[in-house]
Amino acid sequence: MDAVLCPTRGAEFRRGVKAGVPIALGYFAVSFSLGIAARRAGITAWQGFLFSALGLASAGEYAAFTVVAAAGTYLEMALVTLVANARYLLMSCAMSQRMAPGTPLIHRLGMGYLITDELFAVTIAQPGYLSPWYMYGAGAVAAPGWAVGTSLGILAGQLLPGRLVSALSVALYGMFLAVIVPAAREKRVVAVLVGASFLLSWCAGVLPGLSALSAGSRTILLTLLIAGAAAALRPVEEARDAE
Amino acid sequence: MRNNYLYLLVMFAVSYAIRTTPLTLLRKPIQNRFLRSFLYYVPYVTLAVMTFPAIITATANPLSGLAALLVGLVIAWRGGGLFPVAVACCVAVYAAEWLL
Repeated sequence: MDAVLCPTRGAEFRRGVKAGVPIALGYFAVSFSLGIAARRAGITAWQGFLFSALGLASAGEYAAFTVVAAAGTYLEMALVTLVANARYLLMSCAMSQRMAPGTPLIHRLGMGYLITDELFAVTIAQPGYLSPWYMYGAGAVAAPGWAVGTSLGILAGQLLPGRLVSALSVALYGMFLAVIVPAAREKRVVAVLVGASFLLSWCAGVLPGLSALSAGSRTILLTLLIAGAAAALRPVEEARDAE
Repeated sequence: MRNNYLYLLVMFAVSYAIRTTPLTLLRKPIQNRFLRSFLYYVPYVTLAVMTFPAIITATANPLSGLAALLVGLVIAWRGGGLFPVAVACCVAVYAAEWLL
């Protein structure tokens, strides 16, 4: 089905760019906040640029920065990244169901690199087989916004007044809330899980023993426990996540 | 002192593998119910664990962090997208710290 890819490449790419512009603006603001967290972990602007260009993940990078800040082990870094980015595994599974037969490996590898909550959402929302060029177009504007924003957050974090840094540092958490709250509103079990996660996360931070673990390790432990218990007690019925 | 570039390499290797392995190898949906459910719940739990109580301690004052949490919860509940919720949280902190 090369005909699907070839004649419309440019048009698909341009449509992708259009979808990517608002995403890039949002990314820029949030990655600025991520940069502030990176600076606290002792990451330079250049390193932050690389972390964001290669990591392309809010929660995943934030979790990674907590490991850097705590001088954790490389194994811990691998596990934290795995847990914080586990949802991309799901999205990758979902996308695998919508690839045109015979799509070359290079496109599968290229599209996989661009899987983020937002780029996945706009790409999968297109009808028919997924277009690699549409996703590349959206990624071509969104990914630089993310990486440059992170660097600027690291650089400007020390130039801006303290009150402004304090305010900007919560943008990232705001974005996390924007992901979990709509799902909690839609599904009661998710709402209960979010409440339980808040409570247990707070407990784990103050209880003797558990609080001695790094923030990254606590995140791994709590995620495995809470999500594991939920999957055992309230398995998801529909296969809608795979669609 | 550990090496930031090695951290970067580990993070990239793991996240890239997560993103591309199903896309390159998987041709059928995951059948195991527990695994599917677990994967479905993981993002919400991870994000919730990382948000609280960290949002309270990220700001100069715990009360302004709390304000950000409450404002974020309300705006997100009302259907605000990624960007509006993030901005609303920032404004809440700025306003709270100006008042305090």
